[in-house]
Amino acid sequence: MTIKGKVWKYGDDVNTDVIFPGKYTYTITDPNEMAQHALEDLDPKFAQKVKKDDVIIAGENFGCGSSREQAATCLKYAGVGAVIAKSFSRIFFRNAINQALPAIECREAVDNITSWEVVSINFEKGEISCNKGVFGFSPLPEEILGIFNDGGLIPHVKKILKIKD
Amino acid sequence: MGKTFTEKILALKSGKKSVIAGEIVTVSPDIVLSHDNTAAISKKFKQMGVKKVKHPEKIVISLDHCVPAATEKYAANHKEIREFVQEQKIENFYDINTGVCHQILPEKGHVLPGTLILGADSHTTTYGAFGAFSTGIGRSEVASIWATDEIWLKVPETIKINIEGTITSGVYPKDIILHIIGNLGADGVLYKAVEFGGKVVREMSISGRMTLCNMAVEMGAKNGYMQPDEKTIEWLSSRTNKKYRVIKSDSDAKFEKIINYDISRLDPQIACPHTVDNVKPVSEVIGTKIDQVLIGTCTNGRIEDLKIASEILKGKRISNKVRLLIFPASMEIYAEAMELGIFQELVKSGAVIMNPGCGPCLGAHEGILAPGEVCLSTANRNFKGRMGCKEAEVYLASPATVAASSLYGEITDVRRNLK
Repeated sequence: MTIKGKVWKYGDDVNTDVIFPGKYTYTITDPNEMAQHALEDLDPKFAQKVKKDDVIIAGENFGCGSSREQAATCLKYAGVGAVIAKSFSRIFFRNAINQALPAIECREAVDNITSWEVVSINFEKGEISCNKGVFGFSPLPEEILGIFNDGGLIPHVKKILKIKD
Repeated sequence: MGKTFTEKILALKSGKKSVIAGEIVTVSPDIVLSHDNTAAISKKFKQMGVKKVKHPEKIVISLDHCVPAATEKYAANHKEIREFVQEQKIENFYDINTGVCHQILPEKGHVLPGTLILGADSHTTTYGAFGAFSTGIGRSEVASIWATDEIWLKVPETIKINIEGTITSGVYPKDIILHIIGNLGADGVLYKAVEFGGKVVREMSISGRMTLCNMAVEMGAKNGYMQPDEKTIEWLSSRTNKKYRVIKSDSDAKFEKIINYDISRLDPQIACPHTVDNVKPVSEVIGTKIDQVLIGTCTNGRIEDLKIASEILKGKRISNKVRLLIFPASMEIYAEAMELGIFQELVKSGAVIMNPGCGPCLGAHEGILAPGEVCLSTANRNFKGRMGCKEAEVYLASPATVAASSLYGEITDVRRNLK
């Protein structure tokens, strides 16, 4: 699978409160409504202007803070095709896999990609192509890839339990 | 080569003889925690087509994030949780009159050394203070554990943090952990297990140890751990008669790094807006005007925190420019504070005593800030918008610094109020 999208670039330590504010955590349950508040306290224009397969580029520790899964869900439903960061906070990274939102660690890509350029990501080859060249990334470990390929943890478990039955 | 606590416990819980850092293992947790997010989790659980949770006895649910319900939506959320609890016959359910999950789990005897606890809350790291392995996971993961009793975890490397020296007057465990987070940064120990040790930790109360492990996640740690000692065992003996086995790092365990701190000359510390690692000694922010102060939550809402605050405020009146909110971490602490006369003192000083719970910490209710306002809080996060308003600012400090500052309506060096 290859996606192509415009880049929204942010800095280090983008936390879950600015990705999806805590005040909505128990009041918004529809993922499409969550998407309308994506990155609300970081970049108020984002939710209205983001297009399908757009790519978020960020620095270190993306998604730090709360365990709230909506931080990954709101980006997924906003149409984000992938988040490429220098590093991810561990719970966000898990939540992203469990929501089948590609979370890619690639320092070189982050350093070389600028805001608003269009990049393409080839998931099979593990390659990000941008204006400054092509950068490789490692695929998910096999044990975890299955969750991602099944469309997230809930469909994955559903599938596994049926197999067991 | 010896093994760390984290390697040993993840081997035990995955049924392997030994594991090494970097390995992915499938474990079966001893306890799975969720709170007000249980309604959302139960929906995910039902989406999987599973009727019954596999191990109701492993599930602990506590309502704390917005209690009592602030709006009809929150109320409906709580109602759904109570119905799910009944339907699934979950016995370890703590309703709105109990307190914050991270205080309740140890108080009610659910936390034991050598156990593996996962929770749909990032501050689940708190239980490392009792020698447990505990960390936060997402909502889908809790639903999946309810159904399958298992989850994958990657074995992290361990960083040892030794805290040595002598704690001086006006400095508290909160100052120590803020200093460490400020020094290492929000991603300073990203994905690593942290083992806290050293003289200061050994001498520290259980309450202070909980504050340290609670905030370990603010520097990116997967879990925090402290080796259980006589204090831990004594504390637990009054909470549970369940048997447990203490697991410790081997004396020749391989740590990725050992970091030593000497806190003998540490000043009171303040985390400034809008990140927890933006930490400065109090001298650099003295005089910052504050509108609201908060003492409590899972970080600093224990009886010794409230005692410290009431001792500083005794016989004095807070500034009329400040609102002081007290959030005890549990109803047990609330009752004890009443018995000890702590609440009387605090109320005389001008405090508002709130019910046990998370309060405004995550921006849900009970003390949301207005644009332009500043709050000095004992909680664990100060991200933009955290207390419900993105044009407000949150500073973090110890209960002592917060109490002293409430007297002047500005950030103050607590040592000015101590003899």
